[in-house]
Amino acid sequence: MSLIRAEAVRKTYRARRRFGSGATRDTLALENVNIEVRAGEILTIVGPSGCGKSTFLDIVAGLVDHDGGAIYLENKKIDGPGLDRGVVFQGYALIPWKSVLENVAFGLEAQGIPKPQRHDVARRYIDLVGLSKFEDRTPHELSGGMKQRVAIARALAFDPKVLLMDEPFAAVDEQTRERLQFELLRIARETQKTVLFITHGIDEAVLLGDRVAVMTYRPGTIKTIVDVEFSRSEDKRNSSIRSSRAFAETREQVSQYLKSEIDRALEAEQAR
Amino acid sequence: MSSQSTIEEVGVSRVPTDPLGLALPAPSAPRGSSPASEQATLPVWLDPRALARRWAAIVIFLVLWEVAPRTGLIGSSYVAPFSAVALRLATGLLSGELVHHLLASLSRSVSGFLLALGIGLPLGLALGWFNEFERLADPLIQLIRQIPALALLPLFIMLLGVGELSKVVIIFYGAQWAIQLNTVSGVKNVDPLLIKLSRSLRLSRLDLFRKIILPAALPTIFTGLRLSATRAILLIVVVEMMGGKAGIGYVLRNSEYNYDIVTMYAAITLLTLLGLSTNYLLVTLENRFTGWKPENTR
Repeated sequence: MSLIRAEAVRKTYRARRRFGSGATRDTLALENVNIEVRAGEILTIVGPSGCGKSTFLDIVAGLVDHDGGAIYLENKKIDGPGLDRGVVFQGYALIPWKSVLENVAFGLEAQGIPKPQRHDVARRYIDLVGLSKFEDRTPHELSGGMKQRVAIARALAFDPKVLLMDEPFAAVDEQTRERLQFELLRIARETQKTVLFITHGIDEAVLLGDRVAVMTYRPGTIKTIVDVEFSRSEDKRNSSIRSSRAFAETREQVSQYLKSEIDRALEAEQAR
Repeated sequence: MSSQSTIEEVGVSRVPTDPLGLALPAPSAPRGSSPASEQATLPVWLDPRALARRWAAIVIFLVLWEVAPRTGLIGSSYVAPFSAVALRLATGLLSGELVHHLLASLSRSVSGFLLALGIGLPLGLALGWFNEFERLADPLIQLIRQIPALALLPLFIMLLGVGELSKVVIIFYGAQWAIQLNTVSGVKNVDPLLIKLSRSLRLSRLDLFRKIILPAALPTIFTGLRLSATRAILLIVVVEMMGGKAGIGYVLRNSEYNYDIVTMYAAITLLTLLGLSTNYLLVTLENRFTGWKPENTR
């Protein structure tokens, strides 16, 4: 059953028209993006940088307008942001003057839920991401990995139908990233949340995804979707999965699809 | 579940730095920090080396101030030695004479400052928040801003008389710019990611303003307050020197007329102390309200 359905989504970035200059070059960021996110799955979207994958996530989040097609969440057309979607940003977006507890409770605070209730709920999710001992800390006292856990707890706390994650682990170091990836798998299992996860890392896409969607470089569109066969296997609970043959094969498959797109992205970069 | 938390989370806490040693309430040490950070060290203000570093230049300056006029290195008719000035200051304060003048100056600058706060802050918030309002008002504001406060003094005296009102208004006028401009930039420079977050959480515009914009702008607003307070003290001296029968500016001018060098230096020292304590007070307030910001103070 599909939870989110994107139909022929298009996004054009208008070049700023300057008075007197005739020609304007608009950038077609997304063209004819069709994709379904199934209820309960983790769908990862992988693509070269600049392919518009983050733009697509922002559109699903309702934070950016699109100029063609439509996106449906449970058959209801998405029109602006909503608490049925929890967004996790790459830059954490933690509120620096609020404690971990208050940060996690912030989505509930915005809905006007009284303090005792929202703190109860927030504590449950802080526990879920393993930060119970740190609920009184402020963000600048936390490491990057901890900050992103707080952001995940905040996005889960108002119980959205789907978690939208925009390269959430890109800013942390290698070891922390690996920990967070397995944490996310555990959390998704425990909460049975649907996750739409944007990344530029092939390993990350294959490790986390039940399915991996590969995006083309500009205009971004879905090139193909690769099923990850081992995605719900027991092996996925520890890092040995990375050295398995199934992992290597899927990785290679995604990598093949992605290669030509990365080449195109590099060419475009050099041409500029 | 929480047993999974771990290595990565240890020992990353930072405490706000405090170059002047002015900050008071040290943020409580985060719990569960690494053993290394628990090693007993003296508080900074007791560490003799830090103390020496902080006070060395000042002590040398005071010694020079004392010795130079007494040894004839500088003409004693231009510079009164430190001890004489300190004595004059102490007797002046104890007899209540300088206190009287101090209070006169304080009440003027505090009124002017509060007026500046009461008008500059809301104006700055409105300018920063309502883009259309700013576009309309900005050209006029930029124009008016170029008029030096003191150039308006004769005008204000003509309009408002030589009494308290013209003095307070000129201080208000001169002091409100720093508050207004810093408030505008504080409101405009809120981390766009926090605004994006707020939108994704469907925060109302009012809540966005109250819960995100205002607290995020607070450190910048405080910078404005401190600049503004400094400006208020500067202006009060000039304004009082130009007329009036009380205030430290008046003492300054009067002692100059009477060639009372010692009192003149005492007045200057008093102004310095006033500026220092004002800044101290504001830094303390700032730390109380914006202690979350790792790189503030001063």
